[in-house]
Amino acid sequence: MTPAIRHWSRENQARVEAILGSYPERRSALMPLLYVASLEHDCVSEDAMREVAALTGISPVQVQSVASFYTMFKGEGVGDYVVSVCTSVACYLSEADVVLGAVEDAAGASSGETSEDGAVSVEHVECIGACGGAPAVQVNYETIEGLTPEAAAALIKWLVDTKPDVVLADEMQQLFGGRRSFDWGSVELEGAIRPVPAFGLLGSAGEGR
Amino acid sequence: MTDKILTTRMDAHPSDSHTLSRYVATGGYQALAKALNEMSTDEIIEEVKTSNMRGRGGAGFPTGIKWGFLAPAEPRYLVVNCDESEPGTFNDRQLAERDPHQLLEGIIISSYALGVNHAFVYVRGEYAKSARRIQRAIDEAYEVGHLGADVRGSGFSLDVTVHLGGGAYICGEETALLNSLEGRRGEPRLKPPFPAVEGLYGKPTIVNNVESISNIPWITMNGGAAYAEIGPERSAGTKMLSISGHISNPGNHEIVMGTTWRELLYGLGGGIPDGRALKAWIPGGASSPWFVPEQHLDTIVSIDDVAANGSMIGAGAVVVMDETTNVVAVAHRIVRFFAHESCGQCTPCREGTSWMEAVLKRILDGNGRRSDIDLLLDISDNISPGLKWPPAMTTICPLGPSAVSPITSITRWFMPEIEAMLAGSEVGLG
Repeated sequence: MTPAIRHWSRENQARVEAILGSYPERRSALMPLLYVASLEHDCVSEDAMREVAALTGISPVQVQSVASFYTMFKGEGVGDYVVSVCTSVACYLSEADVVLGAVEDAAGASSGETSEDGAVSVEHVECIGACGGAPAVQVNYETIEGLTPEAAAALIKWLVDTKPDVVLADEMQQLFGGRRSFDWGSVELEGAIRPVPAFGLLGSAGEGR
Repeated sequence: MTDKILTTRMDAHPSDSHTLSRYVATGGYQALAKALNEMSTDEIIEEVKTSNMRGRGGAGFPTGIKWGFLAPAEPRYLVVNCDESEPGTFNDRQLAERDPHQLLEGIIISSYALGVNHAFVYVRGEYAKSARRIQRAIDEAYEVGHLGADVRGSGFSLDVTVHLGGGAYICGEETALLNSLEGRRGEPRLKPPFPAVEGLYGKPTIVNNVESISNIPWITMNGGAAYAEIGPERSAGTKMLSISGHISNPGNHEIVMGTTWRELLYGLGGGIPDGRALKAWIPGGASSPWFVPEQHLDTIVSIDDVAANGSMIGAGAVVVMDETTNVVAVAHRIVRFFAHESCGQCTPCREGTSWMEAVLKRILDGNGRRSDIDLLLDISDNISPGLKWPPAMTTICPLGPSAVSPITSITRWFMPEIEAMLAGSEVGLG
């Protein structure tokens, strides 16, 4: 393992190993490595970008150029829970702007900001592929569909009050959601532990290939 | 006659349609066995050509013909596009979450046919659950030998890697997707060269959509001719439509094309809630020009009919607007989307989409000017000369011209409404 990440947790080092082994060329691992780095550092910090640069054999500024192109690599100051309110066309037609307002009020943070206690970052986002269950939001990239403004406010309060270690889509949907885009099928017990999409990060799915 | 291909398993077995055991118990992986044991790679490609299936990602290019362009150099790659981000689409999400083995079997058969030993599935970052479900299917497939060094004892080897995106619509464009997969900014490449000749890492690469690949097991099992018989000519097979907006039964509907829009919206769709009147609908995602009831309600839902009427079926996203809808506000929302998602490489798109967003905003805010309509059309014409459909382009990829669709739609069908908004503003009166 490269010395650049010797200080990372063993778990995250193992994730890095598995990811690098999945691609014919090192640079391809850049985006998944940025996600692991943001688990390690709680966000895509300057250190994170330097370390990922060392892992992929490119310069830190090249890493920054890529990281800044995408919306999901969050920088310093991101909250524990990123609440993404879809305000794209289908959700807009279903009063998503009112849901956004309710979320902002409940969180005490406007879109693009983080609440003072650092718990919740609010953002309005473009289509998240939940149009049949509009209006929809994501918490750390786990989807909840069919929200009313009241339910959206209650969701924020629940996040702040209970501070769940893992956010589970099915649990939030059951507590606060309504109409879904389609039958989700069986309940999933895997979710996000940080404002990082829960893929290949929790030790079951995504590891080792 | 078959009327459903892709959603039968998930409808019949909601609790476990995503698992290997249910997939195998309902006939899964028999097509792979047939492909490996009974068919040559050329025969599989021939069946896909015979099926006349047109790519489900939006462009509608025949999948078998695309496969035929794959250059002989090695290694070659298959990349499955699960970056579903067109506003209004959510059908790939359902296919990935509810029947990932159907997709995976399609990937394995396609890879075998194309001489691919490493396939990738590019999943949009917001679809973490879809990515988890696909990965679990991959893990299960490795365990039973459907993937790995010697697929079912055939000597054919295949690895599949799921790659999670970072939140960028443009990565649904196939060359932007390849750049992103290479660890670069998701900026589209100039074509040619096309990916089939120079794609991932400069090697021959086929990029296919989730829904297209999910059809491959059925085509392999039942033959291309049987697939071609479903639906109207040149719109063969079934199509997943995502219906949303002001509609009583929103959701994904797998249909055989050839019905009318009236049948679709008032039959499957259940009509407009609360008995309100239909004002307009978007037939194929935010990029497509809108349809209106007087002109289009009795036209046919097929790839060619929608194209003949000046729009596209695209990836199958139908967004419905009732009589209460402020069409300028909807156009603003859609243009704002494209302004946000423009990668910034091409000036007409980068600058034009932002200016159109600003002009629409000031009309909405009551500060519009009479000249704003001409201004919007002029900016549009600089992005997409002649405002034709399919659009001409001054840009590398179709994102810029997509932002023109809502402008041409509202100025074509709702001019009195825009003028009324302008007349209501002091600047407009001056």
